[in-house]
Amino acid sequence: MSKVKIARKSISLDMTAMCDMAFLLLTFFILTAKFKADDPVVVDTPASISDVKLPDKDIMTIAIDKQNRVYFGIDGQFDREKMLEYVAGKYKVGFTQEEIKQFSLLSSFGLPIGNLRQLLGTKDKAKFPQMGIPCDSAQNELTDWVAYARYANPKLRITIKGDVNASYETVGKVISTLQDQNINKFNLITNMKAKPKVL
Amino acid sequence: MADIDTGGGKKVSTKVDMTPMVDLAFLLVTFFMLTTTFSKPQTMEVNMPDKTDKNETMKVAKSRTTTLILAENDKIYYYTDPENPDIQLTNFSESGLRKVLLNKVKTIKEPIVIIKAKKESKYKNLVDCIDEMAITGIRIYALVDITPSDLELLEKAPF
Repeated sequence: MSKVKIARKSISLDMTAMCDMAFLLLTFFILTAKFKADDPVVVDTPASISDVKLPDKDIMTIAIDKQNRVYFGIDGQFDREKMLEYVAGKYKVGFTQEEIKQFSLLSSFGLPIGNLRQLLGTKDKAKFPQMGIPCDSAQNELTDWVAYARYANPKLRITIKGDVNASYETVGKVISTLQDQNINKFNLITNMKAKPKVL
Repeated sequence: MADIDTGGGKKVSTKVDMTPMVDLAFLLVTFFMLTTTFSKPQTMEVNMPDKTDKNETMKVAKSRTTTLILAENDKIYYYTDPENPDIQLTNFSESGLRKVLLNKVKTIKEPIVIIKAKKESKYKNLVDCIDEMAITGIRIYALVDITPSDLELLEKAPF
């Protein structure tokens, strides 16, 4: 009664190489990942079929939330400091060194310049109530922010990030503020939507 | 009996089972890959006419233009001839605005669309409207401020 013996092969394989590679990729993606800045406002952008990607650098974002409050932000800490210096000079607001430092860390803000120091003094900035930047024809601070931001960084690309339910009244005001400064080209930030196949 | 390793030689295997480690590593790789590529927002480029340039008034045939007025509650009014407007109503559904625009594309060579938004309309309406231009392939369109005569026209509209 001889049995045919099947050679038992070990199924465990050497995973060292695979592990090396996986961690290499992991390190790469962790280092290149850019985390979303903590915006003070949640904006639900409308969808469009446009698939142009926004560049990473030199971006000015004018956000409009569903309560029609306008927020403003640019990227680059150094540019933010420069912009604040110019605006402070115009509105004669004195900022301390610490406040300028705090401001350079803000990704965006939505306050009249008179209330800005209060925000910079508080620790928990996310909870601070922000009423939006005035952009009426009577008092238009947005136009100064835009002008001085472009002065600080002329390469800025202007984007408008509006909420689905923002009214056209506010959006129109923002657009005409830009047009008054001869900015006729800007980007609207949208979500992705599939292109309809049948027309 | 001599074959049995009693451990006196202290030969402990240095092999570690790396399967869970690799699993975890790939899970994280996938996570970071997806978050980096999908976090970039899409944009839509808008070019506005130059306000300061007064000479840039373009004479076009009235029949080529269509005026869309975005109103409250996702309503769109549209008319062709600005001097003798035959105002009509449509909506953002596929059989609404898109059909109207596709008709224009088919019947008129290079149609021009003028978008006017009422204050009560939503930002979404504007984006949807510009998006429809891209979908239907209308290349010339302009965003224009609404005039009092347009508002008057809407008042008089039967719907």
